[in-house]
Amino acid sequence: MDYGTLRGIITIVVMVTFIGIFAWAYSSRRKDQFDDAANLVFSDEEKTEVSKDSGEKK
Amino acid sequence: MMNHSQPQGADYNYTIVRQFSLTTVFWGIVGMSVGVLIAAQLIWPQLNFDTPWLTYSRLRPLHTNAVIFAFGTSALFATSYYIVQRTCQTRLFAPRLAAFTFWGWQAIIISAAISLPMGFTQGKEYAELEWPIDIAITIVWIAYAVVFFGTIVKRTTSHIYVANWFFGAFIITVAVLHIVNSMAVPLSLTKSYSLYSGAVDAMVQWWYGHNAVGFLLTAGFLGMMYYFVPKQAGRPVYSYRLSIVHFWALIALYIWAGPHHLHYTALPDWTQSLGMVMSLILFAPSWGGMINGIMTLSGAWHKLRTDPILRFLVVSLSFYGMSTFEGPMMAIKTVNALSHYTDWTIGHVHSGALGWVAMVSIGSLYHLIPVLYNQGRMYSTNLINVHFWLATIGTVLYIVSMWISGVMQGLMWRAVNSDGTLTYSFVESLEASYPFYFVRFIGGVFFLTGMFIMAYNVIRTVKAPKDSLPAIADAKAA
Repeated sequence: MDYGTLRGIITIVVMVTFIGIFAWAYSSRRKDQFDDAANLVFSDEEKTEVSKDSGEKK
Repeated sequence: MMNHSQPQGADYNYTIVRQFSLTTVFWGIVGMSVGVLIAAQLIWPQLNFDTPWLTYSRLRPLHTNAVIFAFGTSALFATSYYIVQRTCQTRLFAPRLAAFTFWGWQAIIISAAISLPMGFTQGKEYAELEWPIDIAITIVWIAYAVVFFGTIVKRTTSHIYVANWFFGAFIITVAVLHIVNSMAVPLSLTKSYSLYSGAVDAMVQWWYGHNAVGFLLTAGFLGMMYYFVPKQAGRPVYSYRLSIVHFWALIALYIWAGPHHLHYTALPDWTQSLGMVMSLILFAPSWGGMINGIMTLSGAWHKLRTDPILRFLVVSLSFYGMSTFEGPMMAIKTVNALSHYTDWTIGHVHSGALGWVAMVSIGSLYHLIPVLYNQGRMYSTNLINVHFWLATIGTVLYIVSMWISGVMQGLMWRAVNSDGTLTYSFVESLEASYPFYFVRFIGGVFFLTGMFIMAYNVIRTVKAPKDSLPAIADAKAA
């Protein structure tokens, strides 16, 4: 295999990987999981008494 | 709600975060003072007092090392140790090793502050430090990686929050860059020669140099952004899914952009073109991240009116967007033919360094310091506001003066008479730059003054009696 073909294959592999990551991140099955993850920033205070108005943070 | 509140019973290691936070402010003042001094030297050269260790050539690397590795990296240590604990909901792994990273890093900064003015240098931009210090950096950095990733391993949450991904990429990549670029043959304790030579040396250097920008000054500070912007705005990040695509696209692309520092040099032409194209593509993830940060405020824009901390964070993102638009433009070969070696480059760097890196760090510290010292807010919100305007005006004065000066230099250097001779001598372009050097100096003084105000505000907050600074109704409405 010459170098040009190898580079072509690498380009396709990288492109497919990117589309794969994109599809994975935006698949509807993972929506809830990522919504929870986004709230990790606040979740360690919600365990405490300050959680009384945490609803506002949503 | 107290958005600064520490959860009850939580047992986070804040000592190390406090140490790095306070040194961030201190080294910021030191590094920026040296910057203001060398800016003044370009107007009044006699300010080197005919002393070798006060010459521009030795103080300039001191300035860059101090702001990047003392100020910026201390801010990264502080925020990464804080964020990794709070989003993993666990105490820092290996506390003694963490303390070692603090004292080790301070020792490295001090040895840099001594060795650079003495003239010991490897001559590689942003990698000037001589080989014994390079080895010390490697040891401390590996300790940092052990503490950080050890904490992630012992996390009690199932997901690893996106900020930690950015910090992780920053820690690993900086280790790789530093070790590869610093490979040298020691001649004595204070002198060594790079393992590489010629065009290869140049390419390795700018692969290092641009990825220091990409991973230390971008990925690391994006980690900061992904925690403190949502936290200060009181709402989760605009799109967590976008943040995942942002992360992978950014780290996959940055690594290829280095050759744009070497346009029209002995570097092979195809490498230059590759670097240019990759730099252009890099625009997409950069703006994806910037939009993700700014849009986190959607529905909460009114908070910008009352919260100068949030203003720092959002304006830093605006400067990030500006400089990541400007960067790809300057990487285009024909634009680079005009901009390279002129003050335009210096303006671009400071649009990123002052506008993005420093302002996002300052905003994060204003959020962080009251939490670390069990207060609801900083000693004075008005002084944060004053600092915000000094920093913004200082940055704008700096970059606008350098744009004008840089474009003017580029045009004067390339101007030719009808017989093919150069229209201007180099000294004529230098003379034309003087007024802009003065404006740049003023911009730097503005920015530095803001840092002194911050130091005062921080000291008053740290020394304030317990619970004497309750969060204000407005600020806590987050």
